Amino acid sequence: MKEAPTPKRKPAKSAPVAEVWILRLYVAGQTPKSIAAFANLKNICDEHLVGKYRIEIVDLLKNPTLAKGDQILAIPTLVRQLPPPVKKLIGDLANTQRVLVGLDIKPAAKAIK
Amino acid sequence: MVKYARAIALEKCPTGIAGFDEISNGGLPKGRPTLICGTAGCGKTMLAMEFLLRGAIQYKEPGVFVSFEETPKDLAQNFASLGYDLNDLVARKLIAMDHVYIERSEIEETGEYDLEGLFIRLAHAIDSIKAKRIVLDTIESLFSGLSNEGILRAELRRLFHWLKDRGITAVITGESGEKTLTRYGLEEYVADCVILLDFRVREQISTRRLRIIKYRGSSHGADEYPFLIEKTGISILPVTSLGLEHTVSNERVSSGIPRLDSMLAGKGFYRGSTILISGTAGTGKTSFANKFVESACKRGERCLYLAFEESADQIIRNMKSIGIDLAPWVKRGRLKFHASRPSLYGLEMHLVTIHNLIADFKPRIIIVDPVSNLTAVGSSVEVKSVLTRLFDYLKGEHVTTLLTDLVHFGGSLERTNEEISSLIDTWVLLRDIEINGERNRGLYILKSRGMAHSNQIREVLLSDHGIELVDVYLGAGGVLTGSARASQDAKEKEEERQYQHEAERIMREHEHKRKALEARIEALRAEFDVESDELRFMAAGQKRRRSGMVADRVEMARLRKADRATHSQKGKKKGVR
Repeated sequence: MKEAPTPKRKPAKSAPVAEVWILRLYVAGQTPKSIAAFANLKNICDEHLVGKYRIEIVDLLKNPTLAKGDQILAIPTLVRQLPPPVKKLIGDLANTQRVLVGLDIKPAAKAIK
Repeated sequence: MVKYARAIALEKCPTGIAGFDEISNGGLPKGRPTLICGTAGCGKTMLAMEFLLRGAIQYKEPGVFVSFEETPKDLAQNFASLGYDLNDLVARKLIAMDHVYIERSEIEETGEYDLEGLFIRLAHAIDSIKAKRIVLDTIESLFSGLSNEGILRAELRRLFHWLKDRGITAVITGESGEKTLTRYGLEEYVADCVILLDFRVREQISTRRLRIIKYRGSSHGADEYPFLIEKTGISILPVTSLGLEHTVSNERVSSGIPRLDSMLAGKGFYRGSTILISGTAGTGKTSFANKFVESACKRGERCLYLAFEESADQIIRNMKSIGIDLAPWVKRGRLKFHASRPSLYGLEMHLVTIHNLIADFKPRIIIVDPVSNLTAVGSSVEVKSVLTRLFDYLKGEHVTTLLTDLVHFGGSLERTNEEISSLIDTWVLLRDIEINGERNRGLYILKSRGMAHSNQIREVLLSDHGIELVDVYLGAGGVLTGSARASQDAKEKEEERQYQHEAERIMREHEHKRKALEARIEALRAEFDVESDELRFMAAGQKRRRSGMVADRVEMARLRKADRATHSQKGKKKGVR
């Protein structure tokens, strides 16, 4: 969560540019749920989206106007900015199966692994 | 915190909504949440919106409107329907908007979460304009948008505490549930003030009602109050908020008919009283009302004419036929017609319309013609309730009210369909009197509070000169009106004339006699004069004769050459005696 202030690219890009996943995680300070969500998200991405994802962290305590603009209600909320369409997930992402369905990560990606 | 909350418990936050502050004794609980619940379309959003708007404009308390259902575009239209420009209010930092969009199908729940995002949004909106009021419309949408009810309930509880801690007066709307006040039991969290709105349709006419179910730490009106949504917002008209404390006037106003005034202790009606003119069809009720209107307009008073039967033009035309010209008064703004069919809208709507007209026009006289038509839109209990409130209001404003009431044939004349007789101060009854195959109009005063009024029946004559009240014939033949009265009059006049003739004849005879007498006196006097003349003549003759005799005697003595001294002396003396 140290990288919270500014959206930051996580792992180095190695996959083809065409399939970049931009995932934005909205948090409100460093709450246990936010920390858990970030850890869960990172695990899932590392497993299923190796090298082709980017996680941006938005702290609403610092940018409260974004909550209105992006229609954020629950914390934490994960928004799949890319690829379209925009998908919204709420909760600490503990239910991996639901996260995969919610982010529409195809079983094919799992098969690659 | 608890102590703080208690300290402000009695403080009220005025809503500015007509009637609401009266029944709630000052408004909503300040710094606390209030729940407004009701079925779809009963006016929850409208009430909440008006609370916010009036707060921002009248009480300088900016407000936040959080919509969970309607888009900002829809909301702007809603605000515009009340005559406010939302964008302008937002620019002036009086209102802040937030539309919370939530759609279950677009959201995947993946674990534990809270609604901190919503709190941040609310806090940001509140802080941005220093809001004192907030509306959450309808927060229940969260239940359909999010599946984890456990989290939601915990978060709602936290939300209301949070709002209370911030001292924000909040209005939360909620849709009625099957057995509970709201579908998701919001009343469990909002325990300070609960308002229930209701929307009923009876005989195709809908009435909205409002009831304060609960108001912790405050007294409040407990009845169901009908309310209306109009172009200026919500109007609530509480029956009980109007009392009988109004002051009364001793001023009198003329009825416009001198003879009727004289029947009313010579001065007419009391200012601010309620006058009823009842009668069967065609007895001239409207004519009486308009005569009153005309006289008021001539005095320079403003009149409001609520016509429930005829159009303004028709009334003006018809009144011209009895010599009342109302058109100039309409033109000069002293007379205002409000013609509408009673069935156009519900009773409550009529009441509010009348209220608004009175507030706008500020009339001193108001005519309801006829009040009986209102029964078409409500039961007699409702009509009485509406009229009670209307009359109380009018009395409070010192507006003189004249009602006409159509009594149907066969019904008792001395009662009204609306059972409003107890509300009436002066009751003038017009009735048909049928004699000799013709129908005439009779008038009498059934009651008139606070004045010695005439108990006599008068006949009403409507002509192109206006209204005339004449005495009916009261005599051996009973009460006679119309041509019977006229023929009776003629008969009496004939008798009178004959009597007059007779009197004149006697007078003439007497005069003759007097003249004859005088003539005789004259003759006698002449005779007497003649006699007196004769007497005088005789006396003079005698004197002459006597003095002649003396002279003769002297002459004779002279001739006889008698002793002068003795004879003349003696002779003279003898002659005189």
